[in-house]
Amino acid sequence: MRFYEYESKALFRRHRLPLGPGQRVNSAAEARQAFGEIGGPVVLKSQVLSGGRMKAGAVKFAESADEAAEHFQSIMPIVVQGESARSVLVERKSAVAQEYFVAITWDGRAKKPVLVFSDMGGIDIEEVAETHPEHVSKTHFSSILPLSPRIAKEAVGAAGVTGAALNRLTPIVFELMKIFLAYDLTLAEINPLARLEDGSFVVLDGHVDMEAEARGNHKKLLEELGIGEDETRQARPPTDFELAGARVNAVDHRGVAGNVVEFDGNLGLVIGAGGGSLTLFDAVRQHGGRPANYCEIGGNPSVKKAEALTQLILSKPGVEKLAVMMNVVSNTRVDIVARGVIKGCIAAGRDPAETIAIFRIPGSWEDEGFKILRKYGVEYCDRSVSMHDAAGRAVAKIS
Amino acid sequence: MPGLFIDVKVDPEVAKDAGIAAKLEEVCPVGIFVAAASGVEIDEQNLDECVLCDLCIEAAPKNGVRVIKLYES
Amino acid sequence: MSILISKDTKFIIQGITGREAVNLTRENLDYGARIVGGVTPGRAGRDVYGVPVYDCVRDVVRKEGSLDGSVVSVPPKFTRDAVFEALENRIRLVVVVTENVPRREVAQMVELATLRGARIIGPNCLGIISPDEAKMGGVGGPAANTRQAYTKGNIGVMSRSGGMTTEIASTLTAAGLGQSTCVSIGGDAIVGTSYAELMPLFEADPETRAIAIYSEPGGRMEAELAEWIQANNSRLPVVAFMAGRFMDEMKGMRFGHAGTIVEGKEDTTAEKIKRMEQAGISVAERIEEIPRLLEKRLAEVK
Repeated sequence: MRFYEYESKALFRRHRLPLGPGQRVNSAAEARQAFGEIGGPVVLKSQVLSGGRMKAGAVKFAESADEAAEHFQSIMPIVVQGESARSVLVERKSAVAQEYFVAITWDGRAKKPVLVFSDMGGIDIEEVAETHPEHVSKTHFSSILPLSPRIAKEAVGAAGVTGAALNRLTPIVFELMKIFLAYDLTLAEINPLARLEDGSFVVLDGHVDMEAEARGNHKKLLEELGIGEDETRQARPPTDFELAGARVNAVDHRGVAGNVVEFDGNLGLVIGAGGGSLTLFDAVRQHGGRPANYCEIGGNPSVKKAEALTQLILSKPGVEKLAVMMNVVSNTRVDIVARGVIKGCIAAGRDPAETIAIFRIPGSWEDEGFKILRKYGVEYCDRSVSMHDAAGRAVAKIS
Repeated sequence: MPGLFIDVKVDPEVAKDAGIAAKLEEVCPVGIFVAAASGVEIDEQNLDECVLCDLCIEAAPKNGVRVIKLYES
Repeated sequence: MSILISKDTKFIIQGITGREAVNLTRENLDYGARIVGGVTPGRAGRDVYGVPVYDCVRDVVRKEGSLDGSVVSVPPKFTRDAVFEALENRIRLVVVVTENVPRREVAQMVELATLRGARIIGPNCLGIISPDEAKMGGVGGPAANTRQAYTKGNIGVMSRSGGMTTEIASTLTAAGLGQSTCVSIGGDAIVGTSYAELMPLFEADPETRAIAIYSEPGGRMEAELAEWIQANNSRLPVVAFMAGRFMDEMKGMRFGHAGTIVEGKEDTTAEKIKRMEQAGISVAERIEEIPRLLEKRLAEVK
């Protein structure tokens, strides 16, 4: 879960990382006032989660209060990669001598945190790593042994930095390592970290991602930062349909019938489980089908949940038919899902036999499930029909 | 709304027994039985959640509880 | 032969009185597993399908002697500690079923396992099965369903998806190709044991003659496998199925498992397929192509 820049910096400030004066503003008047309080040239930055603000013209410099107010007005409406600005951050413009890059993330191969440091900050780090590998260091560190500043020192030194800069950078990098582990982050990045002309350091831009699974461990912090529990902070904000899907899954604690993602097609999908859904969504598209949604059922959901999910999908305008498909199931029961989707069709005022294009869930309790499907005249198949072919049958019924 | 797939019939004599009512409420994993003051009541909302575990049939005297699969008739 | 587990594997279930754990205890026992105890703090003295329950792993060890493995099925909050407890009681194979464990805690579990010379499978996995030998975890479900999908043979299966482990095994079984061992390795961004880390075990297993894997977007595990195969000149032909191709166009969106997200170019299915093919891995477009591709590759080896 991604933090806005102002939230990342609020977290950094708690840990006394060096930050210049700045204020988050929501109006031109506030921008004007912020300029006065900061007292000098400022930078105004759109608060969006996506990258590419500079390119979109959503970062501007102001030399006067009037200019700050003007820039606020021009920055706020700019949509960056489909995302509207939440607010604008006004910060003092610094006299930068050099920019550094520091980031910590997880390395799934080493299964340890990895610290990436460079004395060539401000630009794309992947590019720096290719063109100037000697200026980029990568250092893995333990997640169970006590953290030690020498790791930070070695990382800074390995990128070719020495002298006063090394001694001033080490505690900053070390603090970021501590923050990374303390808050279950999946990314803690400062870029650029600037050395000013007077030799001091300041965090110019920062970026923090917290693992969604760990949100429960950091409720107090999230509350203090004003991050709501329903903010998913995915690549795009959830649609109403997706939020309704999340409510379906919260009906009870039995199994999963959710993770709904909206698409604009005409074939509704009740699919599962994790890997099976990915496989089936691909299969539908390979046959030229247009899915109305992605979703996942699994872990033996209740009849009510499967019913509510079915009803929700059928309520979406333009959904002509439904394909109910999973990999061979062992925990989820075929008969329970069959009951749920049939009830969902009926609740939506649709005939199950007409609406369900294909039911392909083989496995646990399939004989019982198939009895139910026969009774309602729903077309079904067992494991002898592949997931791919089942998807093909569903698509064929629509076009 | 009664169940679309499952119906549960409790023998009227058995239904009056408070002890059996409590037992049925306890064993059913999906909350179909409610032990009320008058004996066993059926929560129709949960009938279709029946997982066919037969625990209620085992908990009651012989033929005291019958689970009917409506999709078989 | 098989890898990781056999009929003789003596193991315990941590969190044995939980709803899911009760089911998998029954399913594993029915499949012939040797479960000598279970652990749920405060429930010592009870039993689950005849398996005695203890408060601590230590107490099982005192009663039963050293243990080979443990299946951990406890809520996410308690998972790291349960795994530490298993490791500190000299258990060398820990299967972690629990989903939604933050990756910092997973990394800590894995780091301690490495220090102790132990192996973790999972988290967020369905475990391990060596058909007709034993299973550890919920893979395949009830014993009758398991026997329908899994048969003994020469194909090793590794999968980031528990459900797809069974779909692949079932497809192989229908084509007359049995399995040596199938491992559901887990769907998280960090898992105890990756494809590449299981390869030396399959390589050393005379029963295993080829490998089938299920893979998806996110992470570097497929690239790691490709590198391992090339660096070690593996004797085993590998066939991979790649799911989630649609995700290449949907950067930053998470689907399916926690580890399934396209963050950079290397995470995409297109890039993964390219790397695997360069390493000589055959990539199937559909699940049902796996048996034919395996037979073709096996014929080339002969």
